[in-house]
Amino acid sequence: MDLYRTHVLICSGTNCTALQSPQIIETMEKQLKRHGLSNEVKIVQTGCFGLCDDGPIMVVYPEGVMYYHVQPDDVAEIVTEHLLKGRFVKRLMTIQTSATGGKNYSAESSKFFAKQLRIALRNCGNINPESIDEYIGNDGYFGLAKIFREKMKPEDVIEEIKMSGLRGRGGGGFPTGLKWEFAARQQSEQKYVCCNADEGDPGAFMDRSVLEGDPHSVIEAMIIAGYAIGADQGYVYVRAEYPIAIERLKIAIEQAKQYGLLGNDILGSGFAFDIGIRLGAGAFVCGEETALMRSIEGKRGNPTPRPPFPAVKGLFDKPTILNNVETYANIPAIMLKGADWFSSYGTSRSKGTKVFALGGKINNVGLIEIPMGTTVREVVYDIGGGIPDNKAFKAVQTGGPSGGCIPASMLDTPIDYDNLIEAGSMMGSGGMIVMDEDTCMVDIAKFFLEFTVEESCGKCAPCRIGTRRMLEILEKITEGNGILKDIDDLERLAVAIREGSLCGLGQTAPNPVLSTLKRFREEYVEHVVDKKCRCGVCKGLTQYEIISDLCKMCGLCAKRCPTNCISGVLGKEPFVIDKSQCIKCGACMQACKFKAVVKR
Amino acid sequence: MATTTRLTHDEKINKLNKVIDKYRGQGRKVLMQLLQEAQAVYGYLPLEVQRMVADALDLSVAEVYGVITFYSFFSLNPKGDNQISVCMGTACYVKGAQAVLDKVISELGIQVGECTQDGRFSIHACRCVGACGLAPVMMINENVYGRLTPDQIPEILAKYKEA
Repeated sequence: MDLYRTHVLICSGTNCTALQSPQIIETMEKQLKRHGLSNEVKIVQTGCFGLCDDGPIMVVYPEGVMYYHVQPDDVAEIVTEHLLKGRFVKRLMTIQTSATGGKNYSAESSKFFAKQLRIALRNCGNINPESIDEYIGNDGYFGLAKIFREKMKPEDVIEEIKMSGLRGRGGGGFPTGLKWEFAARQQSEQKYVCCNADEGDPGAFMDRSVLEGDPHSVIEAMIIAGYAIGADQGYVYVRAEYPIAIERLKIAIEQAKQYGLLGNDILGSGFAFDIGIRLGAGAFVCGEETALMRSIEGKRGNPTPRPPFPAVKGLFDKPTILNNVETYANIPAIMLKGADWFSSYGTSRSKGTKVFALGGKINNVGLIEIPMGTTVREVVYDIGGGIPDNKAFKAVQTGGPSGGCIPASMLDTPIDYDNLIEAGSMMGSGGMIVMDEDTCMVDIAKFFLEFTVEESCGKCAPCRIGTRRMLEILEKITEGNGILKDIDDLERLAVAIREGSLCGLGQTAPNPVLSTLKRFREEYVEHVVDKKCRCGVCKGLTQYEIISDLCKMCGLCAKRCPTNCISGVLGKEPFVIDKSQCIKCGACMQACKFKAVVKR
Repeated sequence: MATTTRLTHDEKINKLNKVIDKYRGQGRKVLMQLLQEAQAVYGYLPLEVQRMVADALDLSVAEVYGVITFYSFFSLNPKGDNQISVCMGTACYVKGAQAVLDKVISELGIQVGECTQDGRFSIHACRCVGACGLAPVMMINENVYGRLTPDQIPEILAKYKEA
């Protein structure tokens, strides 16, 4: 193996790729060649570092210097200054955020990383996901090897997972070891191991990042699961919208086959296992386990009633286990380091860590992994760096269309499965969207209902018809035609849908409404009684006005108005909006340089 | 700019036949893969294509149609040469994706799910491309445009109109 004095790590996750990281790698290769450094400096294209808002990210080791917002034009300077002369390019080491001014971060010492603990993401941003050697170099496949070396029986493996306290990271939180045990007990010639990578929660990209940054950890875990339950075939069901993840997974499976880690007689144990990839086709309901299996079978993704549970009768009617990508990513580490090590992190009933995709109105948008028990406040203010533009925090949404909002009064809630449910939300798969004072909670509830209505598979009436009725009521309220009884109707409908739906999608669909009604009822009442949207989001309740004292009579607003409903006399008379003609497009507000146009 | 090269109808049918032959006789379990590959070469899945697929896998056309209409990824109508996907995921929505989508709609004069008369553009509202750090985000073909404001839209679309 070649030795290099310096390693340059460049993120090639979806975010940084969109921000030209492939061009950066290309330029870097050219520059290294030009300066004769190709044998001294190695470029490693890695998975996500987590700081997606400040990409493209480049880290230079052994110094551990992290560069932010790197552009192809910056590469020459990094090579001549840093790599040749050992002088850091300071201007790229500082993140400018509007709220707090300059912050100076190095790769290991920043608040963003200080409160994180990376188990599932241990290799993301550290290794080249397209190299099995780098995975093995970081203890990859050691967990699997340990099972065979120590001659662990399948029941020993299951016992280890049970002892670790690992619970399903897809959102439900079902104990993983227990699930495996159910499937292992079934007598059947054929069993299956499936991986749920159909990450449907809008605003969540944890699974994508794991597959892009560390695909081998999922493969290793699926082999371990196959051994534990007695299956020889695995399927990864992944969203078609994730081309980079799919490509890296394909490469990883191919490499594992070449190394004898997939196929017959794995590591000389006599155990055989193979993995196939199946692509989703844009149906949110296929994240539900029975629907996902129908989809792999080539059918419409309609859920089926449970029992029978998939552990008894799953894919092709055979005993099947389905775990989420992040759950799998934890398994090799648990097998290698032991259940005691894993369960030393977390709270009494939620062990280990959880990965979140932190987004919305937050300074550090990105991917984070925290020990269970970290408070919402620590996530938002320490790791997330607070809210941009000094706006006030309103709520954080977890669990996507199945979850709810945690208000400011509950910022000190330690994050774990049970606490989030108690707070009226849920862990969910890991989307965490921060909302500030400008986010209308009624509108957000409507947003999620629109999503569910579109994604309801239509099989059962409470979900198909009920969610549509709820959406209609919400539309009525946001358009300014609501009455107080509508709020009560919403609540009654929500409970009926929750009780009556067939699968998780319908059962949890009313949650965004129920939780916002519980925490932000006054906003609903304002919409209905005062006909007012305090955030100015709901168009039906918003009016644009020109403050005549501030108007400089320049006429720019009138010029931009698509309906010609603004009148005035240039330089003489302040302009006025004819509200009966106004379509509330906001063009005048954007046009005005003197902040004379306001939204009420 | 990168527009998809236009194949003649015969070339498409040729490619389609190759894809179908690869899966012929394997039954329902390969239906999804076959449809995905068929759409990749043919662009969309009209009735004639559905018949060919049903025939190859020994399924009824109704079953194939049922699967196609269940999944939003499959299309019964042609898509534009340039496919615009405006992300309507939560992170983008909170940061003003609706205004971006409205601007694209008004610029092109078509609704979501429609294709322009000249066949150059179609609009699709998608759920999260996973680039939440760049919200609000729009994709045109494989290119991602992030941190968008409505006033940037005409300029971006112009690049594809010229091509």
